[in-house]
Amino acid sequence: MLAQVDYSTIGLLHFLILGAALFVCGLITMLTKRNAIGILIGVELVLNAANVNLVAFNRYSWSAENGSILLTGQVFAMFVIVLAAAEAAVALAIFLNFYNNFSTIDVERADNLKG
Amino acid sequence: MAMMVAQTVNMGSVLFYVFALIALVSAIGVVLSQNIVRTAVCLLFTLAGVAGLYLLLSAEFLAAVQLVVYAGGTLILIIFGVMLTSKSPFSRFQPRRVEVAIAIALGLVLLVMLIMGFDSAIHSRHFVQETSSQAQRYPMDKLGQVLLGDYLVPFEVVSVLLLTVMIGAAYLAKARRRERKGP
Repeated sequence: MLAQVDYSTIGLLHFLILGAALFVCGLITMLTKRNAIGILIGVELVLNAANVNLVAFNRYSWSAENGSILLTGQVFAMFVIVLAAAEAAVALAIFLNFYNNFSTIDVERADNLKG
Repeated sequence: MAMMVAQTVNMGSVLFYVFALIALVSAIGVVLSQNIVRTAVCLLFTLAGVAGLYLLLSAEFLAAVQLVVYAGGTLILIIFGVMLTSKSPFSRFQPRRVEVAIAIALGLVLLVMLIMGFDSAIHSRHFVQETSSQAQRYPMDKLGQVLLGDYLVPFEVVSVLLLTVMIGAAYLAKARRRERKGP
């Protein structure tokens, strides 16, 4: 399936595989951690994986002929970094509130709305 | 023979594998570590490795932003959250075995599906296959022009969002000791 791709030089595929691996690590972290901050760390990993993909696609879409350089992927990655920082701030404020009310950070204990 | 090896193993490949190894090993450390402080430190190394990859992709400004905002800002925020929300830094919650099994199975299926899907992405005609040996550079002011030209409206919206988040986070995290229920 992927046999025709040249593996000796670093290409787009290498970055995509690394991004996929980071994404899966973040997903497993989100699913297995019971500490709410651990879940937040998993979200950060997933966002980083998406950023790797964005920047790699941006880099390999520069066409060599006319020398035009698009920076859309890098700008998107920058917005993702800003939104990740904002998301972390709000999430930690919510976790602090949760800790103040339940005096634990275990997400399994947040079952007030469970029927 | 030695020349062939020297040709194929150039500096960029070696640097890629070094940074990718740093990022991947510490990402696996994030998954496996049960101590939340160690998890955060592993995330720091992952972020540093990804910043190195940005350098290899000739996104120098983004690498600097990654180190300053992520490793310097967001991670410190997470460490502060750990300090404020845990009775002892070594408190840990074990997930159930069934949950771990389901998560790992789901992750592996997703990984295989993603790698299978890369074939069409790679052979799309929009992407150049060969990397130029000399790194293609762009002037740094182009990034600023794009950010304040084509993406001016999202840029301003993001600034308003940051202000909102700052006020909202300060309001949410405000200590309300009198309302607190006893443990």
